[in-house]
Amino acid sequence: MFNLFSLGQSFAHGVHPPHHKEQTEDLPIQRVPFVNRYVMPLGQHIGIPAEAIVAVGDSVLRGQLIASSNGFISTALHSPVTGKVTDIGMHRYVDGSFKMAIEITADPYATQQFSASANASVKAVEQMSIDEFIIAVQQSGIVGMGGAAFPSHVKYAIPEGQQITDLLINGAECEPYLTNDHRLMVERPEAVLRGCEILRKQLGAKRVAIGVERNKPESITELQKHLAIDMPIDIVPLEVKYPQGAEKMLIKSIYNKELAVGKLPRDLGIAVNNIGTIVALADYFDQGMPLIERIVTLAGPGIKEPANLIVPLGTPIRDVLDFAGGLSEHTREVIMGGPMMGSPVADLDAPILKGTSGILAFTEQETARPQEYPCIRCARCLDACPYFLNPSRLALLGKARLFSQMQSDYHVMDCVECGACTYACPSNIPIVQHIRAAKDNLRNLASPDVEKKK
Amino acid sequence: MKHNDPKLLLQSAPLLRQELTTPGAMKEVWLALLPTTLASLWFFGLSALLLIVVSIAGAVLTEWLFTDKDKRRMAIGDSSAGLTGLLLALTLPPGLPLWMAFLGAVVSIGLGKVIWGGLGANIFNPALLGRAFLLGTFPIAMTTWGSPSGLGDFFHLQSSNLAWPFMHGQIDALSAATPLGLMKFQQQTTAISSLFIGNTAGSLGETSAFLLLLGGMYLLIRRSIDWRIPTAIFLTAAIFSLAMFINDADKYPSPIVTLFSGGLLLGAFFMATDPVTSPLTPKGCWIFGIGVGFLVVLIRLFGGLPEGMLYAVLLMNAATPLIDRYTQPRIFGRK
Ligand code: SF4
Ligand code: SF4
Repeated sequence: MFNLFSLGQSFAHGVHPPHHKEQTEDLPIQRVPFVNRYVMPLGQHIGIPAEAIVAVGDSVLRGQLIASSNGFISTALHSPVTGKVTDIGMHRYVDGSFKMAIEITADPYATQQFSASANASVKAVEQMSIDEFIIAVQQSGIVGMGGAAFPSHVKYAIPEGQQITDLLINGAECEPYLTNDHRLMVERPEAVLRGCEILRKQLGAKRVAIGVERNKPESITELQKHLAIDMPIDIVPLEVKYPQGAEKMLIKSIYNKELAVGKLPRDLGIAVNNIGTIVALADYFDQGMPLIERIVTLAGPGIKEPANLIVPLGTPIRDVLDFAGGLSEHTREVIMGGPMMGSPVADLDAPILKGTSGILAFTEQETARPQEYPCIRCARCLDACPYFLNPSRLALLGKARLFSQMQSDYHVMDCVECGACTYACPSNIPIVQHIRAAKDNLRNLASPDVEKKK
Repeated sequence: MKHNDPKLLLQSAPLLRQELTTPGAMKEVWLALLPTTLASLWFFGLSALLLIVVSIAGAVLTEWLFTDKDKRRMAIGDSSAGLTGLLLALTLPPGLPLWMAFLGAVVSIGLGKVIWGGLGANIFNPALLGRAFLLGTFPIAMTTWGSPSGLGDFFHLQSSNLAWPFMHGQIDALSAATPLGLMKFQQQTTAISSLFIGNTAGSLGETSAFLLLLGGMYLLIRRSIDWRIPTAIFLTAAIFSLAMFINDADKYPSPIVTLFSGGLLLGAFFMATDPVTSPLTPKGCWIFGIGVGFLVVLIRLFGGLPEGMLYAVLLMNAATPLIDRYTQPRIFGRK
């Protein structure tokens, strides 16, 4: 299936940003101490926000359900600490806006030991039907942990007539600086493999492929070492290239299949999950631990003591940073997620979310933008775009605000905003920013309220 | 809220940028042209130096004059105007009156670039447009080629260089014919070794095939230019001229002569690959290169001029918007 002597399997185009993983790749995962205050936004996943089921003044246990899913494309929230609900109201979110959230103040005298009894006991996963499994995953609050935070159970609900044959685990971790998936693979390979087996059996898939970029040889060997003979799992080394971990690129790299626009992986019989997600599944079904904490990489030139940390959800970013020695005085920007697709942090009081794979801090050197030059039609952006779009034309039309032509002639909606084009542009044109503006505009045009007004 | 936080920027991702900048890309081309430029000084002495200086000065001055005040620093700073000046100078005959070179540079930038909206917006290669203007306006001065003098004679200035504007400058008696001119009008071939080293008559920068190859290779290795364009030009020109050469070896030049003479290398590496005026798409680059390679041989062998690179590239420049339109790559996941 793969050739050991090649660079690793890959898709076409893409870019090779320096991966900067050396900063944290050898740092074992540490647990941050509990702090005083936790904030759990109800809408931190994609889909409908969860509905609070506790009231101000209620005492809650670590791992206790505090908000339940509100429809199928929605998921649950659990308390990250033992303490008291002190507020249900608007709290700061990473982007600087306010969002409905539950604030919990930790009980300083509690042991903060997690006991599975805080939840209704979980039936052994081997005995569950697929429907029970899906309900259980929804109750666990597990979402895609790579950053998208899409409720995982939705992906496991396969419509009648379709069959998943392949389970694809995304261990590419193609974003520079981030090493949280890498550390999980190195430190908890059994949990990764256990998660794969649980999910594979539930979905009825025949094989599992774990794609790992070749810059993580330790991950590959650790997984291989723990692989039991009866596990139909392949560890597939991938070329180090951005965006190797994008769903469609990963499918192309591993199965050499091209997912058509508008189709889902399951249409090809494939289910894609991230390493963090799969470990969360293992922890939930084996220990009854819902999603109340996650691994966060703290890295970047502005972080004094880079680290890989287990952080309870809802911990203010500020407290996590303090644990890592704080920000250096040269810090100019803090990013949640990776440097290629993450979002800027507007307020350090905002909490760590289910989808927070990293907190990165950058200094003057990385954030200073050289002068923007006109497009010299060098085609570097075309060579970078894994979707074979024409970012040069898109940026030009975007600047002229010719949004509908961007879609009719150049399919701007197919862009996944990976940023590879913008990384590659020597003229420093904010290509993906133009694209985002156009997509927002076109979406608003397509929305029904606008049509009604006409 | 505590207020000792650093003021945080909110620039959206991606935060990282690769190192190459547009002025940096221009510098690469300057560097690649350095050997050829030095060789022109070696072969043509002070005449070459003056032509280059005057042409660059004309180009930069025009860019400065016609650019908005607040954009001037950037427009001059990217060094693209100076580069156009140098490229133009390299296509000029060593005995050309300096004022013509200056005028050519003014036209290159004025009509070739600024009028279209500056860097990135022009359709035609500015240096070639300037040369086309000079060739149309001063056909005799533009086709009178002095022989290379060599370093010993560095300070020997060709007298025609200093002709006054619009006066009827006397043409240097010591005029020589270029290898292609010899072939076309006198059925005389030039030794390949002379073409390779460059001690033949010709424009400042087209004589030494070796140094042009060196510069071109540098740009290719640094991935500063699209490899498809020169490859397509060489292959097409070689195949086409080989077919003609087999047909009648006395009348037509061999493919080697075709490739190594008359500015084909200069044009293929430095003019046709100008990103602004060549196609964006990979398929488009192939079509563009094949078009140039075909036209250059066609013009040389069957047209009235001994050289064809100039019009071959300009014609394909004109076709570029159309080529781009019809060669959009197939989008991932679409038919
Ligand atoms: S951001 Fe969009 S246009 Fe740019 S490389 Fe990624 S998919 Fe292509
Ligand atoms: S990379 Fe930048 S300068 Fe080059 S073609 Fe694309 S948009 Fe233009």
